[in-house]
Amino acid sequence: MSPASHGVSVRIDGCGKTFADGTRALDPATLDIARGETLVLLGPSGCGKTTMLRIIAGLEAPDPGGSVLFDGKDVTSLPIERRNVGMVFQSYALFPNMTVADNIGYGLKIRGVARDERAARVAELVALTNITGLENRRIDQLSGGQRQRVALARAVAIRPGILLLDEPLTALDAALRDRLRGELNRLLRALGITTIYVTHDQAEAMELGDRIVVMRKGGIAQIGSPREIYFAPKDRFVAEFVGAANIVEAPMEKGELILPGGRLPVGGETTTARATLMIRPESIRVVDTGAGSLAGIIDAVSFVGDRQRLVVSGASTKPLNVDAPNTIQAKAGDRIGLSIPPEALRILPSED
Amino acid sequence: MSQKSFVWLCLLPLAVVTTAFFLLPMGRLVIAGAEGPHGFAGYLAILTESRYRATLINTVLLAAATTIVTLLVATIAGMFLQRHRFPGRAVLIAMLTFPLAFPGVVVGFMIILLAGRQGLIGDLSNRLFGEKIVFAYSIYGLFLGYLYFSIPRVILTIMAAVQKLDVSLEEAARSLGAGPWAVQRDVVLPALAPAFVASGAIAFATAMGAFGTAFTLATNIDVLPMLIYTEFTLAANFATSAALSVGLGLITWLILALARSFSGSAVAAAG
Repeated sequence: MSPASHGVSVRIDGCGKTFADGTRALDPATLDIARGETLVLLGPSGCGKTTMLRIIAGLEAPDPGGSVLFDGKDVTSLPIERRNVGMVFQSYALFPNMTVADNIGYGLKIRGVARDERAARVAELVALTNITGLENRRIDQLSGGQRQRVALARAVAIRPGILLLDEPLTALDAALRDRLRGELNRLLRALGITTIYVTHDQAEAMELGDRIVVMRKGGIAQIGSPREIYFAPKDRFVAEFVGAANIVEAPMEKGELILPGGRLPVGGETTTARATLMIRPESIRVVDTGAGSLAGIIDAVSFVGDRQRLVVSGASTKPLNVDAPNTIQAKAGDRIGLSIPPEALRILPSED
Repeated sequence: MSQKSFVWLCLLPLAVVTTAFFLLPMGRLVIAGAEGPHGFAGYLAILTESRYRATLINTVLLAAATTIVTLLVATIAGMFLQRHRFPGRAVLIAMLTFPLAFPGVVVGFMIILLAGRQGLIGDLSNRLFGEKIVFAYSIYGLFLGYLYFSIPRVILTIMAAVQKLDVSLEEAARSLGAGPWAVQRDVVLPALAPAFVASGAIAFATAMGAFGTAFTLATNIDVLPMLIYTEFTLAANFATSAALSVGLGLITWLILALARSFSGSAVAAAG
């Protein structure tokens, strides 16, 4: 299996979805996904990400006017069984009346692949997904992580043009989720297959995605690489949904933000009278009182091991979240100075 | 009072009722079956006597045919009713389950109205072909009657089972390339297997033992309950009727047990 051997490029053109009861699940959206790319649809529940996945899969038809193209070919009217897509469901949807091997080989059996060839392909996938020894188990004898692997093996067994994953790690506990996320990432890179991954977990989106589509209320809020989404969010929603963010809204004067705890140089050409800014907690440095541009009082300290999260009041209009190294001594009531480099500030469009 | 003796105390009413109204009469029935001129060999007569054996086979065939046809009709109907929403759906379901309230006599009566000497079918065929088709008083009429009251029960069970089906299983099969028939064969039907066994068992047992409908249609239909009735009331042959009763119970139980063990693997897997 050579990388990128069987991926397709996908184009979604003006696909919206209105359900029979009049609910608008997805505003008409246009999106291009390159061959071999991993695209993550990220958003809170009800944002339309699953609807978009199901339209690409062929499980939902887009509203009239929308079309889905695989490698430039219009597949809008093709049902899912003729689109050659691999799909992994949140519940895994493994067939309980079949063994692990039969589950993985099912798509090949439907395609009329001969028994020997099928067995060879199943063995290949069993090895690839690290489930050797489980081939003859029944599904109810598997753990959650094993089920997830079987579901993935079954989906890629048919050499799909595109792999669609609907919150595949959500049903697992946190530690296992972290491990499988890394494993999944390596596997997707190795397969080189075009992948669309739906999740509400921003850490998953960051690690797995070549590009992330942040969605909100049926619309696309921002499309970009994980770095772009994290460092240059387009608006307040993206800033707050992806990672932790302090949103500061205050009057401006001579390129400086006027805050209760001091004046904060923003840099660049800003002429507005008020500004809304995003500051990531880890970009704020704790310094001696008077040394930084802002001063405040520590309200609370939560030590989380690799770092400590301070809540600092009096510095900004609202308490600031600050991620400090785990080595500094800090306790509630301490007066500290804060230094924020201008390049760590992101000016957001003001919202009402 | 310990937890354990409290549980036993709670089970006491059940034990009393079971003993008084089930175990004792059953025991008496088994003994009565052996009180004929041939003793316990009287039981063998069910199989050796050709008239009894023919009736037994008839009854089993009728019950099996009823079960199979009921499952076929009710599965398709139940799946459709559960998966589709259309005006009049609630009324249709209410109508389909209406016969649940009818005793066997009423069902027999309706079969006579449909296929009896003055029945609708006879009337119609007389006008069309000049020949009256009458089958209410035969085993075919009985078959129709049993279908009529088995279908509602099975439809309700199947609808409940279809509602619990995981739709993503069907979607997963489709994503792997399975067309509508393959999805039914590989995913839907295996998942419904427990419901088939449960509702099929009820349909089968009912058709084996129902009496009211048969009695309303005719007294000479060759089914076991009718045979027991005629041996008991007309021929006053207590020993034989007792033996036949025990036989009917045992054979029904045996066939259901067999069906359950055959489908056992499928049921366990789908559960």
